[in-house]
Amino acid sequence: MSNPTNRQYTKEHEWVLVEGDVATIGITAYAAEKLGDVVFVDLPKVGTSTTYMKICGEIESTKSVGELYAPLDGEVVEINDVVVSAPETVNTDPFGAGWLIKVKFTSLPELMSAEEYAALTGEG
Amino acid sequence: MPQTPLHAEHARIGASFTDFGGWDMPVRYSSDLAEHEAVRTNAGVFDISHMAEIFIKGQGAAAFLDYSLVGQASQIENGKAKYSLICNNDGGIIDDLIVYRLEEDSFLVIANAGNRDAVVTAFTERAATLNFPGVQDRSDDYALLAIQGPNATKYLQTVTDTDLSTLSYYSIGEGKVDGVNAYLCRTGYTGEDGFEVLFSSDDAVKVFNALIASGAVPCGLASRDTLRLEAGMPLYGHELNLDVNPYEAGFARVVRLERDDFVGRDALLELSTKTPSRKLVGLVGEGKRAARADYPLFADSESTVQIGIITSGALSPTLGYPVAMGYLETDLSEIGNTVSVDIRGTRLPMTIVKLPFYKRSK
Repeated sequence: MSNPTNRQYTKEHEWVLVEGDVATIGITAYAAEKLGDVVFVDLPKVGTSTTYMKICGEIESTKSVGELYAPLDGEVVEINDVVVSAPETVNTDPFGAGWLIKVKFTSLPELMSAEEYAALTGEG
Repeated sequence: MPQTPLHAEHARIGASFTDFGGWDMPVRYSSDLAEHEAVRTNAGVFDISHMAEIFIKGQGAAAFLDYSLVGQASQIENGKAKYSLICNNDGGIIDDLIVYRLEEDSFLVIANAGNRDAVVTAFTERAATLNFPGVQDRSDDYALLAIQGPNATKYLQTVTDTDLSTLSYYSIGEGKVDGVNAYLCRTGYTGEDGFEVLFSSDDAVKVFNALIASGAVPCGLASRDTLRLEAGMPLYGHELNLDVNPYEAGFARVVRLERDDFVGRDALLELSTKTPSRKLVGLVGEGKRAARADYPLFADSESTVQIGIITSGALSPTLGYPVAMGYLETDLSEIGNTVSVDIRGTRLPMTIVKLPFYKRSK
């Protein structure tokens, strides 16, 4: 699956879609495939502060546990209840319905472009 | 990294790979859960050609195995198989393996890939002690495929002339699979009925594709791991290792002490008279968070004194709740007792249950 170009990426395989001062965050198709079938998602509560590159959640597959690193500083304003009740959505639609959290950010760090991220994962 | 003769074929049909026992093995083709489900409800085919095949042949073969293993190979009937352990002098487990008796003086031992060198070394030393010349490591010559699941017999029957109903559980026969000479073993590592098919590695691609065409779903090692865990089967390197003895692992029944001489006998005899300080147990949790290998166990949610450790764990795909195996101090290992597991900083209760977690309906 190609990485949408309307968003930014981290080396921890998250994508960030910025709309105004809110960023929607998920994990990439590459990360979802590496994890295998996602069976449990532990997301931060609404209102939690996030710190750039600090762990703020967990994504578990049958085989392993992946950590969700906050890609920016801010506060969680929404979590995706769909992935909590149907974690497999992370696999079936990682860039869409499988989004994880929305964060109202205070600053926007420099993240990777889709092209740079593709180079990192060897898809480029 | 070593590869099985099917590596390119796995890549061609879309497998992802992982390091297992030093081998580059298919971890999944599509989805761990779908492959797990296929084995529980239909049939799956696994490439397990990484495993070691060691033939023990010639006069004295049974006596050699009786001396080398904790069980009695000489008591196995021709055409039958037995699960056994190979231990060191201290009673530590070098490997767990299956012994098949082909003929009076001819046996096949299938051992774990990661322990091939250790098992061959131990066999070679023990053969020297007994002056037995018949140990033949043929692992590189063979491909091994496991076809497992409620439809495994039906599918395999479409590509073999051997009447599979004549092969009962833990039996071995010879026949042709898709025209290729093969050993057909009614054994497995999934908790389902099925066969393990051993044949020349030259024919690996042909037979693998014949089994897929018969209806079996290609399955990777991720599903194999959750299947064997649900079935309560140990995995060497997790439940078993050199520092574990058979009594701790719950394998007292496979150690035949009423014999004069076998490697590890003195140590095992001594261990058999004592209650082991720890025991392998099955544990079930609530919710969806799995306890995984190496997570520590405590008596309760407040305690900071570790009383055990998880050796394998996953959210059971069949049962829908977390299951795990682990070692616990014996006096806390009673069925029904509740302990506390530390899951990356969160304490959750787990209850000790009888293994296996899953048993197929017959």
